[in-house]
Amino acid sequence: MIALEKRPTPSTFWTWATPVLAVLLTMIAGGLMFALLGKNPFLAIKTIFYDPILGEFAFYYRGQLLVKAGPLILIAVGLAMGFRAGIWNIGAEGQYIMGAICGAAVGLAFYPTESWLIFPLMVIAGAAGGLVWAMIPAILKVRFNTNEILVSLLLVYVAEQLLAAMALGPLRNPEASGFPGSRNLQQYPSAANLELIPGTGAHWGVVAALVAVIFAYILLSRHLTGFHIRLAGQSPRAARFGGVNPTALVVFCMGLSGALAGMAGLFEVAGPAGQISIDFNSGYGFTAIIVAFLGRLHPIGILLAGLLMALTYIGGEAAQATLQIPAAAIQAFQGMLLFFLLGLDVFANYRIRLTKREGVA
Amino acid sequence: MDMSSINWVLLLASLMVAATPILLAGIGELVVERSGVLNLGVEGMMITGAISGFAVATGTGSVTLGFIAAAVAGAALSMLFGVLTQFLLSNQVATGLALTLFGLGLSALLGQGYVGIKGLSVPDIHIPLISDIPILGPILFRHDAMVYISILIVAGVWAMLKYTRAGLILRAVGENHDAAHALGYKVIRIRLMAIAFGGACAGLGGAYLSLVRVPQWTEGMTAGAGWIALALVVFASWRPWRVLIGAYLFGGLTVLQLNLQAAGMKIPVEYLAMSPYLITIIVLVIMSSGRGRAALDAPAALGRSFHASA
Repeated sequence: MIALEKRPTPSTFWTWATPVLAVLLTMIAGGLMFALLGKNPFLAIKTIFYDPILGEFAFYYRGQLLVKAGPLILIAVGLAMGFRAGIWNIGAEGQYIMGAICGAAVGLAFYPTESWLIFPLMVIAGAAGGLVWAMIPAILKVRFNTNEILVSLLLVYVAEQLLAAMALGPLRNPEASGFPGSRNLQQYPSAANLELIPGTGAHWGVVAALVAVIFAYILLSRHLTGFHIRLAGQSPRAARFGGVNPTALVVFCMGLSGALAGMAGLFEVAGPAGQISIDFNSGYGFTAIIVAFLGRLHPIGILLAGLLMALTYIGGEAAQATLQIPAAAIQAFQGMLLFFLLGLDVFANYRIRLTKREGVA
Repeated sequence: MDMSSINWVLLLASLMVAATPILLAGIGELVVERSGVLNLGVEGMMITGAISGFAVATGTGSVTLGFIAAAVAGAALSMLFGVLTQFLLSNQVATGLALTLFGLGLSALLGQGYVGIKGLSVPDIHIPLISDIPILGPILFRHDAMVYISILIVAGVWAMLKYTRAGLILRAVGENHDAAHALGYKVIRIRLMAIAFGGACAGLGGAYLSLVRVPQWTEGMTAGAGWIALALVVFASWRPWRVLIGAYLFGGLTVLQLNLQAAGMKIPVEYLAMSPYLITIIVLVIMSSGRGRAALDAPAALGRSFHASA
C-alpha cells in the first residue's frame, strides 16, 4: 500500500530535481509520440535539443535562442510573482498584444521623424498598454471579487480581435495598397529594436528580460513586497494577520506582470516581428505559464526554463524543416512537460511511504 | 445597415444550435465543480473532442459514432487531470491550464489530415405535429438530436443533484470533503467520476462544433468556448437550469452578432466579434458583485485538494 505523508516544508532537493526529471520524462514520452508519427524518435529528440546548440547549423539557431527566450522570460518573471501569491493572471497573451499595439502606435505616430526619444517612448507605451489591460481583471477582482482567471483569459480573445482591427484599420500601412499590417518598424531607425551584438539575437528585450530577472530576484529575497508575495501564497490567513494588504498585492502583481508582458510585446513588434499584423501573436503569453512553473516560480529558474523552452521552439522549427514533424507536435510536447512537472511535484510536497495494509486503512 | 434583412425566426432558430456547445461543456463542468473540483481544462477537452468526433465521423460515416468517440476522448483527457489532481495532489488551476495547452497542441496534431475536409451533414429531426406550429415550430422543434439530448442531460443532472442519493453524496463531497470522507464516502473515486463526466460533456460540446455547428475542422476552432462555458457555470450560480438559460442567452447574442455582421452594420467585424467575450466579462462582474453572491453559492471545497491524513 502506498501512502503519502505531507512534508512540513517542500523538499529543496525535489523542488529542483523535478524540472530535470520532467524534462527527461517529456523527452521519453515525446519520443514515443514522434515514433507514433512514424519518425525516428532519437533523431527527433537530437534535432530538437542538441542540433540547435551544437549541431552543424548551430550558428544560425544560437541567435534565435535569445530572440525566443527574451519574451518568454520577461513575461514569465512577471507571472511568477502573481502565481506565488495565488493571483492567476493567465491572460499575458492579451497584455502582450496590447503592449505591441500601444508601443507600435506611438512609434508610427512619429513616423518619419527621427529622434532617439522615440524608442524609449514606445517602450513606456508598450508597458502602459500591458499594464492597463492587466488592470481590468485586477480592478474587477478587488472591486467586485470577479474571478481574475476567467476575465484575464477572456480579454485575450478581445485583444486578438483588437489586433486584427488595428492591422486592418488605424495602424495599416497607408503605402501598402490595402494589404493588412502596419509599416515595418525595422525599416524606421528611431523605432527599430535592432540586434545589439550581431549574431547573438540579443535585442533590447533580452536586456530587459535580464534586468527583470535581477529585479525580481532582489524583490523576492530582499524586499518587503517580495516577502508579502511569498507569505500570501504560503499562508493567506497568516498574511492577513501579518498586515498584508490583499488589494495592493493583487494590483501590484497583475500590474507588474501586465507591464512586463506589454514590454515583451513591444520589443517583439519593433524587433523580430517588425510590424503589427493579424497573426502577430504566437502564444508566448501561454508558453510563459509553462516557463514560470518549470522555473519553479523563481527568477533564476525562469531564466534557465526560458532558455530551454526557447530551445524547444527553435528545435521544433528545425524538426519541422528536416523531419517534417508538425509544429503542433511541439505544442503538445510543451503541454506534456507541464503535466509531468506538476505530477512529479508530489515528491517535493509529500513523502512516499510503503506501508502494510493493517486492518481498515 | 438594414435591420429588416435579419430574419428573426431564423435567428431564434439558430440560437439553440449556437448555444449547444457551451451548454454541454457548461453542464459537465457544473457537475465537476459541484464535486469540489475546478477543471480549467474545458477548452482543451472541447477541442480534443472536436477533432476526435470529426475524425471518427468522417472515417466511419456515422455522426453517432463521432459523438461517442468525442465523449470518450474528452473523458480520457480529463482522466489525465483527474490522476494528477486527485492522486498526485497537483494544483488544480495549473493542471487545468496544462490540460488546455496540451489539448490545443494534441488536437492540432491529430487534425492535420482533416483540415479543409467537408463534414457530414447531420439531419434535423422534425418532431411530428408540433414542428408544424407556425414560428414556434421552426424555432424549437426542428433541430438535430444533439440539441434535445443536451437539454435531457441538463434535466438529468438537475434531477440527479436534487432528488437522488448519488446527487446528495456528490454535493456533500463538494461542500466538505473531510466530512464526506469521515462518513465513509470515497471522495477521490466520486470526484474522478465527476471529472470523467465533465470531460465527456466537454468532448460532446466540442464535437457539436465540428460536426454540426461549423461543420468542419479548423485548428483552434473552439476559440474560447471552453472558457465561456466556465464563466457560464459562475453565471448559473452552480444550478443546472440556469446553465441552460445562460447558454441560450449567450447563444442568442452570438447569433445576433453574426447577423449584424452579415447585415453590414457600420462597425468593423472585429468589434462585433469581440462582443461575446466582453458580454461574458460583464456578466461575470454582475454575478460576482452584489454582496458576494457568487462566492456564497460556490461549492465550499471548490479547488481544494483532498488528502486523507491517517
